[in-house]
Amino acid sequence: MSSFSEKMKKFKWKHYINYIVIGVLTVVFAIISAAGGLKSSSTILLEKIAISIVLAVSLSLVVGFLGELSLGHAGFMCIGAYLGGKVASLLVPVFGNGTVTMLIALFVGGGCAALLGFLVGLPALRLKGDYLAIVTLAFGEIVKVIFQQSKLFGGNLGLSTPNRPNRNTFFIVAFALVLFTLLIIQNLMRSKHGRAITAIRDNEIAARATGINVTKYKLVAFMISAFFAGIAGVMFSYTNSSVQAVKFGYNYSIEILVMVVLGGMGSINGAILSATLITILNEKLRTVLTGDLAVLKDLLYALILIVIVIYNNAPALKGFREKYNFRNLVAKIWHPKNDPSIVKDDAASWDKVPTKIKMDEILSVDLKVGNEFTPDKPSKGDK
Amino acid sequence: MEFINTLVNGLNIGVIYAMIALGYTMVYGIAKMLNFAHGDIIMVGGYTIYVFCAMKAASSPAFFFVAIAMAVIVCTLLGVIVEKVAYKPLRGASPLAVLITAIGVSYLLQSLSQIIFKSATKFVSVPELGKVSIGAVSIKVSTIITLVVSIAVMISLSLFVKYSKTGRAMIAVSEDRGAAQLMGINVNSIITITFAIGSALAALAGLFYLLQSPYIYNTFGAMPGIKAFTAAVIGGIGSIPGAMLGSIVLGMIESICDSIAPIAPYKDAIEFSILIIILLVRPTGILGKKRREKV
Amino acid sequence: MSEYILETKNLGISFGGLKASQNVNLKIKEKQIYGLIGPNGAGKTTVFNMLTGVYLPTEGDFFLCGESLKGLHQEAINRKGIARTFQNIRLFNNMTVVRNVMVGLSNQPEYNCSLFDSFFRLPRHFRVEKAMRERAKEILDIFGLLDERNNLACNLPYGKQRKLEIARALATKPRLLLLDEPAAGMNQSETAELMDTIRLIRDKFDMTILLIEHDMKFVSGLCDEITVLNFGTMLATGTAEEVLRNPEVVRAYLGN
Repeated sequence: MSSFSEKMKKFKWKHYINYIVIGVLTVVFAIISAAGGLKSSSTILLEKIAISIVLAVSLSLVVGFLGELSLGHAGFMCIGAYLGGKVASLLVPVFGNGTVTMLIALFVGGGCAALLGFLVGLPALRLKGDYLAIVTLAFGEIVKVIFQQSKLFGGNLGLSTPNRPNRNTFFIVAFALVLFTLLIIQNLMRSKHGRAITAIRDNEIAARATGINVTKYKLVAFMISAFFAGIAGVMFSYTNSSVQAVKFGYNYSIEILVMVVLGGMGSINGAILSATLITILNEKLRTVLTGDLAVLKDLLYALILIVIVIYNNAPALKGFREKYNFRNLVAKIWHPKNDPSIVKDDAASWDKVPTKIKMDEILSVDLKVGNEFTPDKPSKGDK
Repeated sequence: MEFINTLVNGLNIGVIYAMIALGYTMVYGIAKMLNFAHGDIIMVGGYTIYVFCAMKAASSPAFFFVAIAMAVIVCTLLGVIVEKVAYKPLRGASPLAVLITAIGVSYLLQSLSQIIFKSATKFVSVPELGKVSIGAVSIKVSTIITLVVSIAVMISLSLFVKYSKTGRAMIAVSEDRGAAQLMGINVNSIITITFAIGSALAALAGLFYLLQSPYIYNTFGAMPGIKAFTAAVIGGIGSIPGAMLGSIVLGMIESICDSIAPIAPYKDAIEFSILIIILLVRPTGILGKKRREKV
Repeated sequence: MSEYILETKNLGISFGGLKASQNVNLKIKEKQIYGLIGPNGAGKTTVFNMLTGVYLPTEGDFFLCGESLKGLHQEAINRKGIARTFQNIRLFNNMTVVRNVMVGLSNQPEYNCSLFDSFFRLPRHFRVEKAMRERAKEILDIFGLLDERNNLACNLPYGKQRKLEIARALATKPRLLLLDEPAAGMNQSETAELMDTIRLIRDKFDMTILLIEHDMKFVSGLCDEITVLNFGTMLATGTAEEVLRNPEVVRAYLGN
């Protein structure tokens, strides 16, 4: 039993490591900043990283865990940025540019985005895969157009929003929000609700047959994901002190998607790491690659996206992946007994077990023709 | 007269969308994937024409036909290469993976074009065609060419799919890939042919866009691509007549929106809203067939 | 309360004029193991799909303990007490074995835990998680899968995947368990083991079981009552012996 308690320790450590790392780093940077050792460009970069992490982690809830592709994440962010920014600018005369204003702005921005998330989630109940991806894209573009045209929100010129209350410490607020995002999304994924969401991704038909309320969980996943995108939008409005709808186009959604895919679908820590890396890279490359060379960065992302997805998914590379998989390697070193590759061989040998000949398969081959009918009446189970 | 102009304009936009939507719908029907990079093939076609028109010999109108031919060839080759390099390794993988790769390819083509041609919008010296007047209505010659060529292409494509051996093999593959393979159809080559045809049509779409307004830029194909996909979905993805019908419908809507000043800025939002509504009410589009996941 | 756990009355479905299934009248008593056999394309899985809400029957009705479940969603039917396995195994492949079973448990009232509890890990969350894990382990133990609990479901050997699917279905606490070709792809000794497992399920969980199977030996050794389907209709019902002696059944299987 002693090994069991050891395992438990390791278990917990693994669960809380990301909070600890982010918390410690934030404190370290806060101390450096208090000592006056942080340039303003560095604090701005830290804020950008925080926003990217919130976006990537929230998108990974839908893409990585629910298994549906959303191409409108920037649209949710747009809602948050505009509505949160508007509310904040209205409230500044009342409460001043302080915590109260920001909290209300965050709540309104996130809440409105969640509401739109609910609306986007509704088609997700009927549509899957490519169709849903295109619907989310359409939603994002609609949001963009509406804000772009709306006089109330400044039209094409954009909306000017209150700046951060304190330039030097706003990154601490931003990272506090990152921790909050992590808390909610990680706790969700580590609960029975999270299991239900992953079950829907793995096999929706089986999930239904197991009594999972697919409707509820799809909506929940879309709403939470949208809520945090909205939060990221409000943070964005604070750091930029102006919001233009053009920025929240489809390209931005793709950039967030790249973060999720690069981090490994379904891995929150991966999303955090890749969001950080890509944001830093963006910033560094911006100074190195000027003018038309800046596009080399996009080229790089495109290549990364293609290579990673092909490497991770190509059926032909399956054997290679299992041999050189990071997780399997770690598993081999830590638990040599549970080596998945050994089990895999076993599964292959099972396939070779001779099965009894089923007599009707020989006798009624012609019946198979009528087997693949496509009913014209929608059945209840479809809805 | 205003009304007839709107109608002709809508038809013009519609047939161009149809040229693109056909590529989407055929690839979707046969390879069961959404080729997100299809819109960027249009852009490549446009740039090819730009390159050839920028040459000195381009002053002769005959050379313009060479430019068009080159655009079609380049796009066809590109479509086939993209399929072989990026999509073929993923055959049998999850649809999500294929879709993300397609998005990556789209991104890649856009950034490559930006590296090669820089991000500034370029003027393409396409031949001036002028206008003809029929009664009180004056129609651009380019519009007439677009309409005639597109309709001819659509008819011949329909005939090709219906009557040629390859076309029937395409239908077979789209119905049941496994069974088609058992019947001795080379599924890989059918998919390649589909990509080739789709990309050639995209090159023509690029040409028509340039005839309308002779400017080219990196994201030249992005919006038409998304719109045409919308059209294909509205018509029922996987269905060739559906793609044509959906495109005409969408073209008309766009043209009508354009003609009414207060709602013109919202035309994209309106079109996408229609897409969402159609998908919710009839997920298979107007002419699409319902398919059921086997349990 | 009806004397039957499951009763179907003239159940049928047609897909655009093609009658895939018609006039299916099953009467299954409590703790019975009931076999549904027939040639390929006879509509066996179609019956399962109607009973679990995947297809909406176009004719007839079916009752679980006297309550009509026709028209309910799949998840609702599962909660009313019908659980199933699939012909082609459908596990949650990227989840561990124990989590597969825990997903099955999540609908029971004793494991109720709101989203809010989970977001902030309130005491109820931990209580429920622990209880679910314990219960899942108990169920896995019955199926001899306890040692595999932390492996991914997709890494299990075939026979164990079949068992896990049954375990997951049982975790939803059904009154009626539908097994779609549980012995498919198994060898003799595994099939024999499976027969024991199914009997064990019946005794230990007081379960009523309806199963589809091809293997006559399996069916006749296990089932209390059998219905033979052919071309979507019922050909014969009775004990294994009665059914196998029925000339119509012999003709359906062996041709004229």
